[in-house]
Amino acid sequence: MLAMNYRGPRRVRIDSKPYPEIKHPEDAIVRVTRSCICGSDLHLYNGNVPDTRVGSTFGHEFIGIVEEVGPEVHKLKIGDQVLVPFNIACGKCSFCQQGLYGNCHESNTEATAVGGIFGYSHTAGGFDGGQAEFVRVPYANFGPTVIPPGMDPDDAVLLTDVVPTGYQAAEMGGIQPGDTVVVFGAGPVGIMAARCSWLFGAGRVIVIDQVDYRLEFVRNYAPCEAYNFNEMDDPVVFVKKITDWMGADVCIDAVGAEAAGSPLQTITGRKLLLQAGSATALHWAINSVKKGGIVSVVGVYGPTDNLVPIGNVVNKGLTIRANQASVKRLLPRLIDHIQNGILAPKALITHRVPLEDVADAYNIFANKLDNCIKPVLIPPSARS
Amino acid sequence: METIETLAQKYTHIRGWGIDADPKNDPTYPIKNRTDAEQRGYSWQRPTQQPIDTEVLRSIERPNVSAVFGTSVPPTGLSGQIRRFAFRFSESEYGHWLPLLLADRVNVVEGLIDDVRQGIVPNIFAEKGMLADWKYNRKNLLQHVLIGAVVTTTILTIMSRTKGPGRA
Repeated sequence: MLAMNYRGPRRVRIDSKPYPEIKHPEDAIVRVTRSCICGSDLHLYNGNVPDTRVGSTFGHEFIGIVEEVGPEVHKLKIGDQVLVPFNIACGKCSFCQQGLYGNCHESNTEATAVGGIFGYSHTAGGFDGGQAEFVRVPYANFGPTVIPPGMDPDDAVLLTDVVPTGYQAAEMGGIQPGDTVVVFGAGPVGIMAARCSWLFGAGRVIVIDQVDYRLEFVRNYAPCEAYNFNEMDDPVVFVKKITDWMGADVCIDAVGAEAAGSPLQTITGRKLLLQAGSATALHWAINSVKKGGIVSVVGVYGPTDNLVPIGNVVNKGLTIRANQASVKRLLPRLIDHIQNGILAPKALITHRVPLEDVADAYNIFANKLDNCIKPVLIPPSARS
Repeated sequence: METIETLAQKYTHIRGWGIDADPKNDPTYPIKNRTDAEQRGYSWQRPTQQPIDTEVLRSIERPNVSAVFGTSVPPTGLSGQIRRFAFRFSESEYGHWLPLLLADRVNVVEGLIDDVRQGIVPNIFAEKGMLADWKYNRKNLLQHVLIGAVVTTTILTIMSRTKGPGRA
């Protein structure tokens, strides 16, 4: 089968790899029909996530058709069209029982902070991902969800990560009616977080990024105020100024380790890898929120130390809430929102690329070429 | 599961224990569906264990191998040795993460050697997706190529001078 093959920082290619095996009685094999490249894949692509081994296949956002099931799989059958949450969760451990599906304790043997994630380094379990023709899906009785009849596959694939992550970013903000919410980052998750902030009753939604076409997109899609931080002397002062010098009620970090905007963070975090990527967006979020405010973090950071302004967290009495999205917990509500026309995620998809051209797709997305918001890879068997 | 009442019995020797407890004051709500399951420790009915038929590196912060695990790229070669060393340390140690990052870099060189061994000449232009640069970022690509050519020419010129006659 064809699969993306990581060869080193900013080098990927398509290769022929062995068809995946059933390795556990609750495994299924899924034939991929759509897979996305996620903003957090870029942390792997750039070599920022430890234990990303040459030969790995990335891809944690995918949908497909059940091709084969293990002997203990009874909730799926061959031929089912499924969306597969990016978290690999057993549904049985104490964390899954609490709805913390991103923190499953039975899916990642190599680290305890995060559960297993498809195609996201050995630090997230060493699973091959969905940027391939076929993929092994563990815990098939729990994670994969049959796509509701009539749902557009492009909407379905975004339910595997982008939509729940953006929604949970807003949810973790504890947004109260009328609150001012500032979202750092106008990538697909930031765009969705801005859109979902309204669903929680925000009174004002502001997005800050440095790429004009993304700002234009979020302004139309969310709809919200959107500003380019390159046109400001200081984004923190800018937020204070436009919030009557108080700061925002809620700030959302939807960027993570790839943040631009601070030379020191870029050198120490992105180039020298001495901390968990650049924490610029996190700094800005902590410093832009009002006293007593809430900072919600869904941006992905690596596992080493951060030069985080923790003193300001204490001095300002902040609440910081952060996690990988618990996709399975949020799916019922989000499916309703899509079916009721409240959310239309497929509008984020700007590029449809044959799986064979995965290297070009990564370059386009990583370097924000051709006004790219979200690329989707289509395997040969799914192209008609 | 222990209720607040049974817990209270345990702590009767501590005057005032729990009098201000407010179960609704949970800043993690609604992300965490509080079940108190975590207070019962490592006690859930574990899923069937995936057969451990390949080398799996395990965090020393857990007592066992997780019931399922990925087997995409088992550790091999020098990078594998470095990864094995890293897994002697907990996830809170630089001794864990920095060797892993080093192993990743070593692994890139091993990947190139493997390619050559298998008769594959890596197409760096294609692997970097530079066809997209040619389509959408041509000026930048040409700048990079030009800078690369100037640097390479300069280095080659300096090297050829140092090797020249009379310098032995």
